Amino acid sequence: MANHSANHPAHVQHHFVDSDQQFDSAKLGMWVFLVNEILFFGGLFCAYIIFRAWYPELFTQAALELNAFWGGVNTVVLIGSSLTVAMAIRSAQRNEIKGLRINLMITILLACVFLVIKYFEYEHKLHYGIAPGSFWDPTPEKLAILDHPKANIFFSIYYMMTGIHGLHVLVGIGLMIWIYIRAGKGHFSSEYYTPVEITGLYWHLVDLIWIFLFPLLYLIE
Amino acid sequence: MAITEAKKMTTLQVKRFKPSENPTNNYLTDEKGVWAWMTTVDHKKIGIMYLVAVAFFFALAGFLAIALRTELWTPAKTFIEADTYNQLFTLHGAMMVFFVLVPSIPAALGNFILPMQLGAKDVAFPRLNLASLYIYVAGAIFTFAALASGGFDTGWTFYTPYSSDGNGAGVIWVTLGVFILGFSSILTGTNFITTIHKLRAPGITWDRLPLNIWALYATSIIQVLATPVLAITILLLAFENIMDIGIFDPALGGDPVLFQHFFWFYSHPAVYIMIVPGFGIISEVISTFSKKTVFGYWAIALSSLAIAFIGFLVWGHHMFTSGQSAVATTVFSFLTFLVGIPTGIKIFNWIATLYKGSIDMKTPMLYVFIFLFLFSIGGFTGIMLGALSVDIHLHDTYYVVAHFHYVMMGGTLMALLAGLHYWWPKMTGKMYNETLAKISAVLIFIGFNMTFLPQFVMGSQGMPRRYYNYIDQFTPFHQTSTIGSYILGVAFLIILYYLVKSLFGGEKASSNPWNSRGLEWQSTSPPDFHNFDHTPVVINGPYDYHKPMEEFQLGLAVSHNGHDAEHTSTEVEKTEEKA
Repeated sequence: MANHSANHPAHVQHHFVDSDQQFDSAKLGMWVFLVNEILFFGGLFCAYIIFRAWYPELFTQAALELNAFWGGVNTVVLIGSSLTVAMAIRSAQRNEIKGLRINLMITILLACVFLVIKYFEYEHKLHYGIAPGSFWDPTPEKLAILDHPKANIFFSIYYMMTGIHGLHVLVGIGLMIWIYIRAGKGHFSSEYYTPVEITGLYWHLVDLIWIFLFPLLYLIE
Repeated sequence: MAITEAKKMTTLQVKRFKPSENPTNNYLTDEKGVWAWMTTVDHKKIGIMYLVAVAFFFALAGFLAIALRTELWTPAKTFIEADTYNQLFTLHGAMMVFFVLVPSIPAALGNFILPMQLGAKDVAFPRLNLASLYIYVAGAIFTFAALASGGFDTGWTFYTPYSSDGNGAGVIWVTLGVFILGFSSILTGTNFITTIHKLRAPGITWDRLPLNIWALYATSIIQVLATPVLAITILLLAFENIMDIGIFDPALGGDPVLFQHFFWFYSHPAVYIMIVPGFGIISEVISTFSKKTVFGYWAIALSSLAIAFIGFLVWGHHMFTSGQSAVATTVFSFLTFLVGIPTGIKIFNWIATLYKGSIDMKTPMLYVFIFLFLFSIGGFTGIMLGALSVDIHLHDTYYVVAHFHYVMMGGTLMALLAGLHYWWPKMTGKMYNETLAKISAVLIFIGFNMTFLPQFVMGSQGMPRRYYNYIDQFTPFHQTSTIGSYILGVAFLIILYYLVKSLFGGEKASSNPWNSRGLEWQSTSPPDFHNFDHTPVVINGPYDYHKPMEEFQLGLAVSHNGHDAEHTSTEVEKTEEKA
């Protein structure tokens, strides 16, 4: 445009009037995306509710196979990572780039801890043949405990829910590594930290979904 | 509001800028070459590319429809095998719904027009906008892969157990294709919501939003809320096929009706994703060609949102015969009737806009009248299908097929054609041949009714949908329908001919050939890369036909950070025309 202001900061894209407008847009866009995510997981929660209503005894019985202790540890890990990502945003707002990077690094590590624990949980179950769908082939001792014709459906739902959630954790790790690198290159300051903020929003949602998954899958009796 | 804020509001210098005619520099000349188009983040070019893609799939799926109609010329086999027939109608439905109707108006026309009607330089997230186009292409590739790996014959609804019953690789590929395609729709919706909220030019308050924007806003909300549910459904279905997870497949203990619930929770709102943006176009065209302020601005604007809201509560009316509880069917039937209210409000307000207007029967307006006629029939037959006892009789007959085509083709597609002809001069800078355009519009009207009116009769007499064979008594209906489809085919070829011809050697369009008051017409034809030469300041509504043209075409004279609407409008110092 003819009256395009020439001296805007480098991070403002050409179609925005100013930095505030860009920040507000990015944030609103992310919130809209999070609504998306909630409805996406909503389908899985809905399937969970229906099958649990049909086979309540199966769910309480099969849930005993899940290790509530390690599930609990993972919950604490993720809540902790939500705190550190919030602290990372706070650091960015205060222009403390070092603090931003340290907090991001802790968040990434916590997310990795979550996935490692999750890996061992899966590994333990697969060892006994408790696998989703057509791979369902439990060992006789487990079959004695999971004595229900629809036992595989519970674990299908379990693997779908935690699997898709785990995928979101993985994406979050990728995003935070990207931001960590960019922060190292000096891309962020208290003037511009939009990617940090919206990745933080995403990470809180990933945390929040786990907070619902944990009691629904691990803590039912 | 703080005092400093109030100070900002005082005066704002505004100048009138008349758009130059037929500029040599415009978005089409800005960057050239295939690579520049493929990497562009310009919403206008992305809109054009979407338009080409949608036209391609429309031609393909339309060709399939003609093949289907030809097969139905005789009660037994005419020229294709029954299995092929099943695949063709599935492909026709899936392509028309997911590749044509869903992206047609929002992603093609909406992408081009929405930022211009808001006075913005682009959508909020231009790179995501380009990504959505590539995701669309990726979805298309998956669908073609499905064809290459044996095809699919589940019907476009992918009902289990048809789609989970060892139907081969084709179903997996196509469902993944639809899953991918959903992201393209979600990105468009997210982009539009953000753009409408945050990128309005100074002076565009919520009560000065063009009705097209309101319609796209309602559409985007549905896209964002409904599409992820389809995504998870389709993903579960794919896993059902890949590793038998047993959620939908009755043979494994799953529930096929659950699939139907999930599917229609998306796919019923999805028909509003298809029709509501059409309503927006109709409002624009009716006002422009009646030279009259739209009657009942807020009624039309809010009824779009009402349709979006109620649309989420009616999915069960697709399942009256699927073994839902009697209570559920009654509630769904009642809620279905409710949709008729906001739709009726729209129709009445459009008619009231026409009343005593100076109606100019140009091609876009002709399509609006065709729309009003066909869509009303489609709407009323929808009410019939929403009535419980009637639906038991009509369920899965040609009556449903005819109803769906009256609302989707008679509604959405006619609105798309109205919008395409209306904005064609703006998009390309060229005028099309008005006579040929009118001839093809009339042919479409005749061909359409010949094709689908007999289907209402057949359906109510008991002809089931999707059947390859039929009993002899339906022969005359089927043959009339087939002839009608040929007329439609010819009409669309004429449209293709004169639109392409207008690109090469068509008469040059002025910046505002219809004398519209809409903001998008206050720019050059075709527009500049940044849409407007100067940030527009809007001090009039988009339908203020009672005000003289001089009041429009305003531009910002002083550099100003006023992107939010409150910063202007009341006190505007006008400086007279320049340039």
